[in-house]
Amino acid sequence: MKFGVVIFPGSNCDFDSYQAIKTTAVGDVCYLWHGSTSLNGCNVIILPGGFSYGDYLRSGAIARFSPIMRAVVDFAKKGGLVIGICNGFQVLLEVGLLVGAMRKNLGMRFVCKDVYLKVENNRTRFTRKCPDGKALRMPIAHAEGNYFADEETLKMLHDENRIVFRYCDKKGDINPENNPNGALENIAGIINKEGNVLGMMPHPERACERILGSEDGRFIFESIVAERVE
Amino acid sequence: MAKYTVKIEVRFKPGVLDPQGETIKHALFNLGYDNVESVKTGKLFWVELESNTVENAIQTVRQLADKLLANPVIEDFEVVSRK
Repeated sequence: MKFGVVIFPGSNCDFDSYQAIKTTAVGDVCYLWHGSTSLNGCNVIILPGGFSYGDYLRSGAIARFSPIMRAVVDFAKKGGLVIGICNGFQVLLEVGLLVGAMRKNLGMRFVCKDVYLKVENNRTRFTRKCPDGKALRMPIAHAEGNYFADEETLKMLHDENRIVFRYCDKKGDINPENNPNGALENIAGIINKEGNVLGMMPHPERACERILGSEDGRFIFESIVAERVE
Repeated sequence: MAKYTVKIEVRFKPGVLDPQGETIKHALFNLGYDNVESVKTGKLFWVELESNTVENAIQTVRQLADKLLANPVIEDFEVVSRK
C-alpha cells in the first residue's frame, strides 16, 4: 500500500499524517503537492488537517478547486480510498464526495482537546480493526466541526449506516455534554455510499504513539491495510 | 464591453443554525438590547467584472456564487445590487 498525503497551502497536519504512516508501518508514504495533477501511484489518499488557503471564504471551499483535487475526485469515483481528516473532511464536503456541510462550532470556540469516539460502524474499510464497543480516544482541533445535513440527507446516512463516528464519553455513551462543537447528533465522521471515502474531524494521525497519549488512531490506519472481511 | 460591479449577499438558509448570529444576539442582550429577537450573519461580495450587458454580468456572478461563494447545502445567495 502506498499512502499519499496532499499538501495544500496552509495544511499543517501533513507531516503528522506522514509520520503516522511511518510509525504504524502500514505502507509507503509520499507527499502530493496541491498543484500536481498526478497521484503518483498512491492507493490511499490522505487529505490532512490544517487551514488550507487560510480557511478563506469557508474551510475547504478553495482547496476543492486545487488541481490535485480533480485527480482525487477521479480516483475516488473509481473506488480509490480517500480519508479526509479535519480540514480534509471539510474539503471532502465542499467537493461533494461526502454529504452535508460544516458550520462554525456552537459556542464559537476553536476546540482543541482529546475526545472519545464511538465507532458506529466497524465494518467499513477504515474501521474494521476497531474493537467492538471500544470508545476511541483521539484529539480534535477545529473551529468548524459543527456538522449539518438536512433531514432527508440525515435519514439517508442513517438508513445506509454511513455515520461512522459519534462523539461520546469514556464509556461510549452519546449525550449532549460530550458534543464538543454542536454537530448534529454528535456526528464526528461519515462515509460515502460506496464506502471508499471517509471524513472525520478527530485526528487519528495524532494518536498513534503512546507518548502522544493514545494509540487508538492506529486502528484506523491498520483497518485501511487489513485484509478485507466481508 | 463595460465594467460592472455586482453585489451579492450570501446568508444561511432558513433553519440552519448560525452560531455567530446567536453569539452576537447574546452579547446584545448583555448590552441591554433585550428586545432583539434574532441576529443573522451573512457575507457580502462586490464582484467587479467586464461584460457586454448587465444581464450577462449578473448571470456570470450568479454562476460563480453557486460554484464558490455560497455552499448550497447551508447557504442561499441573492444579487442585491449592480452598477
